Amino acid sequence: MKLSFQIATRFLKSSKGQTILIALGIAIGVSVQIFIGSLIQGLQKSLVDTTIGSQPQISLTANNEDKLILDYEKLLQSIKDNEDQVIHLSVAADGPGLIAQEDNTYSILIRGFDIEEADGIFKIKDALVEGNLPMGENEVLVGVGLKEEANLSIGDELEVLANFGEMATLTITGFFNLGVSSLNSSWTITTLETAQEIFGYQDAVTSINMQVTDVFAADLIADSIRERAQDETLVVDNWKAQNEDLLSGLNGQSVSSIMIQVFVMISVLLGIASILAITVVQKSRQIGILKAMGIKDRASSLIFLFQGLLLGVGGAILGVLLGLALAFTFTKFAVNPDGTPVVPLFIDPLFIGFSAVIAVAASVFAALIPARKSSKLNPIEVIRNA
Amino acid sequence: MHKNVIELKHINKIYGEAVKTQVLYELNLAIQEGTFNSIIGQSGSGKSTLLNIVGTLDQPTEGEVYINGKRTDQMNKEELAVLRNETMGFIFQFHYLLPEFTAYENVLMPYKILHGKVTKEAEQRAHELMDLVGLEKVKNNLATNMSGGQQQRTAIARALMNNPKIILADEPTGNLDSDTTETIYNLLRDINEKMNTTFVIITHDRRIAEKADRIIEIKDGRIGMDLS
Repeated sequence: MKLSFQIATRFLKSSKGQTILIALGIAIGVSVQIFIGSLIQGLQKSLVDTTIGSQPQISLTANNEDKLILDYEKLLQSIKDNEDQVIHLSVAADGPGLIAQEDNTYSILIRGFDIEEADGIFKIKDALVEGNLPMGENEVLVGVGLKEEANLSIGDELEVLANFGEMATLTITGFFNLGVSSLNSSWTITTLETAQEIFGYQDAVTSINMQVTDVFAADLIADSIRERAQDETLVVDNWKAQNEDLLSGLNGQSVSSIMIQVFVMISVLLGIASILAITVVQKSRQIGILKAMGIKDRASSLIFLFQGLLLGVGGAILGVLLGLALAFTFTKFAVNPDGTPVVPLFIDPLFIGFSAVIAVAASVFAALIPARKSSKLNPIEVIRNA
Repeated sequence: MHKNVIELKHINKIYGEAVKTQVLYELNLAIQEGTFNSIIGQSGSGKSTLLNIVGTLDQPTEGEVYINGKRTDQMNKEELAVLRNETMGFIFQFHYLLPEFTAYENVLMPYKILHGKVTKEAEQRAHELMDLVGLEKVKNNLATNMSGGQQQRTAIARALMNNPKIILADEPTGNLDSDTTETIYNLLRDINEKMNTTFVIITHDRRIAEKADRIIEIKDGRIGMDLS
């Protein structure tokens, strides 16, 4: 075994050009695989992130008469205790309202949050473009859209007409830009207590929102929450149910990316197999002599399996480096005007390791044909045809 | 009475399936341990085939082959590989060194095939053999960076590495000049006397053949003349 390995390395060293060529072939295959894989994964991540990253991935609402979740503390505790995957658990007390400013009336959605908790989901702190967060009673954040339309500034007092005919006066502490114009012109964000007060919800909330660590498991987690709650009036919704088109798009992307990777690997495999098959012919004289000297068939086939293994390992290492370099270059040069990459790559060590292992396995597999040939070679053919 | 280290009984060798060509006819031959034998004959007479059958590289169509008292024509490939490695050394006309390895590594190769690991003693022996054949200066040259005579001497040292009972040589000096030929033969003869190794050598050169203990002439697949 050691001898076979030694002969394999010597054969590879003696024809350096050929060795480099095969290793480069494998490396390019691996690098394309890593690059495309990282690109597609990055694309999906960023797509998922922009689509559902700043919104609840699971939300609980009530379909009872006044649409209120009364006993929400118990529900929150139960979710905290049982669902490890849930992050950014937050409650909201929402209600529609009207504001009159100068001669115009604007329809708004008043959202009452525990700001600290809700920040995890809605990234309110990041969205704040001016002023401060609402901390005390009757303080409110207004979107930049509404600010423009109604010509508002910090410190202004808004007269809000809630849907029950109650009037409330809210003080603007700042403005936010959530990146979605409909939200920027309709949402106003205030504290949970303020919203509960305006709408007379007392200690109830209108929804419980959360995000999860694995966004693609949102439906399963939602099911589990629904089952545990055992409450007919509770509606558990998740983003997957609401975004089927997006999901099927992502799936199509994954499948086509896998197809590309499979075909790249097959072509690399065929390349290695054919070049290694030629090396057996090139080295048949040496194999013949070794067999005349008494090397066993198994050992003679091992030589070529080791060559496949060495080429695979070398090619995989080179390919990983090349793939990462390619990915790095891509994020540096394919950039948006603001300097962020067009597609942020997602570097997954597990995926890269997997690609490398596949390449090594494929190389050894490709070496099976020449190994068999080597094992079958009869020394007398070499000796006789001197 | 010396014991027979090689024995061939009723050997027939036929090549080809559709068109059959018989190369060896009912050939019987016994070679004693420690002797120096030469085989002569015209091209196509079947002498190389005979040597390859003795060396277990080729199989007879009919007949029995005994090497060192063991019947080989019924052994499997693996058993034959071990037998070749332990009891026989080959020297071919075209040297057949491994060009990827140095002269020294080529000499060690049969030992590595047999034992896997190389001991201090084996290294010592390889150096001694190379000194014996006069290769002190080119030990670490690649096989391709040596003259024809040096390559042939490397092949001789390699053939001796596992201390085989038998050395089979097919025109070992076929493409060497006459001075080198003389040196190589004297070397082989020396080894034969010192180590009691049995030699079977095919040669075209009558002068060389005449120095052997025994001359066997192969003519049309049969033994034409057998002089001791």
